[in-house]
Amino acid sequence: MKRFNLATASALSIAAASVASTASADDLTLCWAAWDPANALVELSKEFEAESGHNMNFEFIPWPNFADRMLNELNSGGKLCDLLIGDSQWIGGGAENGHYVKLNDFFDSAGISMDDFAPATVYAYSTWPKGSPNYYALPAMGDANGWFYRKDWFEREDIQAAYKEATGEDLREPESQKEMLQIAQFFQGREIDGKTVYGASIFTERGSEGITMGVTSALYPWGFKYENTPGSYDMEGAVNSPEAVEALEFYKEFYQTATPPGYTNSYMGESLDAFKSGQVAMAMNWFAFFPGLYADPNTGGDKIDFFVNPPQNQAGSTLGGQGISVVSYSDKQDAALEYIKWFAQPEVQAKWWSVGGYSAHNSVLNDPGFADSAPFAGDFLVAMEAVQDFWQEPAYAELLLAMQKRVHDYVVADQGTAKEALDLLIEDWTEVFEDEGKL
Amino acid sequence: MADTPIAHAAKATPPGMARKIRGLSDRAIAWIFVAPTIFLLLAINIFPLIWTIQLSFTNYKANRIGREIKNVGFRNYERILTDSDIWLNMQATAHFLFWTIFFQVLIGFTLAWLINKKFKGNDLWTTIIVLPMMLSPAVVGNFWKFLYQPQIGLFNYIITWFTGAEPSSFEMLGSVDLAPWSIVIVDTWMWTPFVMLICLAGLRSIPDYIYEAAEIDRASKLRQFFTITIPMVLPFLMLAVLFRGIENFKMFDLVVQLTGGGPGSTTELTSINLKREAFEKWRTGYASAYAIILFVTVFGLASIYVKALNKVKER
Repeated sequence: MKRFNLATASALSIAAASVASTASADDLTLCWAAWDPANALVELSKEFEAESGHNMNFEFIPWPNFADRMLNELNSGGKLCDLLIGDSQWIGGGAENGHYVKLNDFFDSAGISMDDFAPATVYAYSTWPKGSPNYYALPAMGDANGWFYRKDWFEREDIQAAYKEATGEDLREPESQKEMLQIAQFFQGREIDGKTVYGASIFTERGSEGITMGVTSALYPWGFKYENTPGSYDMEGAVNSPEAVEALEFYKEFYQTATPPGYTNSYMGESLDAFKSGQVAMAMNWFAFFPGLYADPNTGGDKIDFFVNPPQNQAGSTLGGQGISVVSYSDKQDAALEYIKWFAQPEVQAKWWSVGGYSAHNSVLNDPGFADSAPFAGDFLVAMEAVQDFWQEPAYAELLLAMQKRVHDYVVADQGTAKEALDLLIEDWTEVFEDEGKL
Repeated sequence: MADTPIAHAAKATPPGMARKIRGLSDRAIAWIFVAPTIFLLLAINIFPLIWTIQLSFTNYKANRIGREIKNVGFRNYERILTDSDIWLNMQATAHFLFWTIFFQVLIGFTLAWLINKKFKGNDLWTTIIVLPMMLSPAVVGNFWKFLYQPQIGLFNYIITWFTGAEPSSFEMLGSVDLAPWSIVIVDTWMWTPFVMLICLAGLRSIPDYIYEAAEIDRASKLRQFFTITIPMVLPFLMLAVLFRGIENFKMFDLVVQLTGGGPGSTTELTSINLKREAFEKWRTGYASAYAIILFVTVFGLASIYVKALNKVKER
């Protein structure tokens, strides 16, 4: 009997110990896109694991499938992700469909203030309805669409002379969209070191969001607006304004006259490949890739430099970046919130920037040494001052796919006119908002 | 009782069970055996179909759980049938269907006819020819994407060799005129061997004595081909057309890998469009109506075709 009691006590203590250990240490899964900053986050999160005792697992999905995969996961109430660094446009759907945990009470209790983060990122990544003090994410990764170019080519005297002769102007970082096109056209088909090179690689991808992100990089500097009055869904005259038409025509001209052959369906990966293989003089891509590009042994270092998406009628860059949210279907929300509390600390944010992530924390961005901390840091600050995002409505996927179709039909498939494409886009978007009961 | 497998099974049945079975009618026993299959068919085929029909009359969106579901009558059907973009998708699908089947039957039958001749290395050639259909469509899509690359792609260089045109002067996947043909070429490359195998089975099923009789009657080779070979292979050919037609009507993976439906919407086949509506835009009610329209179209065409096939077989 004594032996039985001893065995029972041992079993109970082992069980209690295991329960206690599971209560204090959770296996958390963080979901994000598979790209350079995600690898940096893995490194950064090791500190969290050491401090908290929780184990961090990561689920990184390639960008072209990221939205598809993650939105399906959320819509099916899946428990794969405890934490999700979701795209800015998902915030409306995440909030209204109950996928994300509202973080206001947690922020209050954890002493996290949204005033500590760059206002543009709080607005874009955290709030729903837009601009209201209802937070569903912590700004995790600031980002915008920018440009990089072959500095070594731009500095060559023979190329500079040829450019001067061809255009009468000096070859430099472009200061307007039209100057950028002129430079790209100059490089198009040019022989450099015995190799034919091309102007620039731009986004033309059809399947996910590529061409929309590229086209809006032209639309915003021309002054494009989604609505005449914010919140009114009154799009006639805004979406198809003369400026918008001109910008869309510009993007098509860019595609037709200054990009490498075969770039009919290209996005981030293709843009990076074109640049790294020495095919193009300039390329558009997200700032998130710039640390990796600068570190590239063949085309990085002193061969590369960066610039903000040039203005035309005004400054304007397409917003990228994401906020980090707690998934409401997670069974480990407490541990997930612990991670967010840890991540929001100024010292962690400083380290986040140093390992390759783009912090949105004011203590990092306002640091006097920030602008000179990397060749693209100053440009990042400038870009974030004039970012504009796509619709963040719950029906964002429908709105995005409609735009993908209309602009790809016009720019790549050469069908119809820019005005017709934008008119059709208004029809599509009107139908979506009618279905949503907003019109 | 004869010593047959059934008699063995009867002997092996325990007496108690045998008595129970004896108490059931043949019809009841038949139902016992058929019931699981019918149940499965109802659960995974008929029920979803009925559910889809019901959804097709609503504004339901699978990603908006709390949203009120409204009955919208025939609005989804009306929208689809009056949407010019969907008709363009239908045209793209029809183009793809017609030309893939045309080339696959033509080349597949020719290859089968050649392979059917007895020559050295016959088996080796058969194996080599059927290799493409053993590959994954995703793999085929990816490597043809490289072959079609205007700057480094082998396909463009081969065309250049014949025509003298600059390799990067044309884009198979990026041109509105060429992209529909580029997907036809790849599908034909991949699935012609399938048609060839079916035709080969048909050719090998023709008894030699029919040709011998024709020879005795001094029928020419051409006459033998049109009066013996073609009529006797026709049911097989029609079966191959049916299989390829059904497969290509729902073609998705290969084309998504190659063009993603582009440029613009030039190669956006109905299956790609349907997937976007259902699982990217999450317009479940609308997509259900779309699926029902496609189902009725395919079912109607297939029924007519199967009737024709049966008539040919009866001849």
